[in-house]
Amino acid sequence: MTNAPASQNEITAEIEAIEADAAARVAARVAAGGSPELQPRRDYAPYRSSLLRHPTHELVRVDPEEVERVSPAFGHTDVNVLESDLTIQHAGEPIGERMTVSGRVLDGEGRPVRHQLIELWQANAGGRYVHKRDQHPAPLDPNFTGVGRAITGDKGEYSFTTIKPGPYPWKNHMNAWRPAHIHFSLFGTAFTQRLITQMYFPGDPLFALDPIYQSIADADARARLIGQYDHSLSVPEFSLGYRWDIVLTGPKSTWMESEGADE
Amino acid sequence: MSEPTPALQTPSQTVGPFYGYALPYAGGPELVPGHHPRAIRFHGTVTDGAGEPILDALLEIWQADENGALMRELGSLDRDGFTFTGFGRCATTIAGHYTFTTLKPGAAGAAAPYILVTVFARGVTHHLFTRAYFAEDAALHASDAVLRSLPADRRDTLICVSEGVVGGSDSYRFDIRVQGENETVFLDFDA
Ligand SMILES: [Fe+2]
Repeated sequence: MTNAPASQNEITAEIEAIEADAAARVAARVAAGGSPELQPRRDYAPYRSSLLRHPTHELVRVDPEEVERVSPAFGHTDVNVLESDLTIQHAGEPIGERMTVSGRVLDGEGRPVRHQLIELWQANAGGRYVHKRDQHPAPLDPNFTGVGRAITGDKGEYSFTTIKPGPYPWKNHMNAWRPAHIHFSLFGTAFTQRLITQMYFPGDPLFALDPIYQSIADADARARLIGQYDHSLSVPEFSLGYRWDIVLTGPKSTWMESEGADE
Repeated sequence: MSEPTPALQTPSQTVGPFYGYALPYAGGPELVPGHHPRAIRFHGTVTDGAGEPILDALLEIWQADENGALMRELGSLDRDGFTFTGFGRCATTIAGHYTFTTLKPGAAGAAAPYILVTVFARGVTHHLFTRAYFAEDAALHASDAVLRSLPADRRDTLICVSEGVVGGSDSYRFDIRVQGENETVFLDFDA
């Protein structure tokens, strides 16, 4: 395609049209006892990169074999406990609003996912990643890399110390900006529970404009990606705190991941 | 502690383009060292709906060992060179190519062995699962629930191309076409 990049107004109109359609269909389906739309759409035109990167065939539903019902084991020999503090990886303190992000990793029954790997990565306070393909002219911070890892505890709990990432521009359309977010990667007890996602911050004015956040057409499902400010997690004279619990798919009694997501 | 209460799942979001300094790790693509006497090369190209290579995909594989057993060994992130953990992670090159060094999984009972492959990429809002089976196990494929359910042309997208011995190791090619002609079969687990 050689089309000129869309304007934000055009993208926003596309987002709103899909959301209105989804809202009507979800309401009808939920009223009939079905599932709300829990996952992003794979074919989501406002997010231009999805156009050529979604399968056109329906996914084939299968019962998992043992390979899919178990997960690799990770433990404290894989991850140093210091890797959960992103503010101590260099000689000096990183620039930015210091915070902790804490929560629990649970399965669909609310049971803790214990002793499993959780990885995160993020931009610095200026919205710049330590990645060679991120060339936007915000400063790198010599005291911040933005990568952390941890193993969840006995109750599925995790806690990272980091700084609040900044929003950043990208090239999906003219003057496109991502809301501030932290990327998370999670494993469950079964490989079917594998999840990579992003955590956002409350009240971000860019939510309505962002085709990645909005690729989840259901507003309630999107809201599950927002960490909540929790003053009890703040440390006097040191840091603010956000709480974000992460719920993986499964076991079998919960809604299927893709029901209705790609109709 | 309160009783566990069911909760709705946290949605997926794309891995984006900037995971490269965070998720790949030294030894991620080498489940066994290349000099292992039974190492295989498991590789291929990931392409999009225009047939262009996807140069910012991240692949994970998860598989049984040579005896068909699944591992509970630690050490996937910090390999000791001897322990087989069954897990690997590899980012694609600028040619959209990935290469793992691993062992061919063994059959557990009468089930056809395969490598579970997970694809993450910019533009992929929710990761894609697929399975890589091996042509020489054709006798077991007839009873495999997934392969049996597929028309022949789609079934073939799940079977590695055997390339014989390349550089001293058996080589298997598993190209992944995310969209379009010969689109790879992707799976949704009823789990
Ligand atoms: Fe990002």
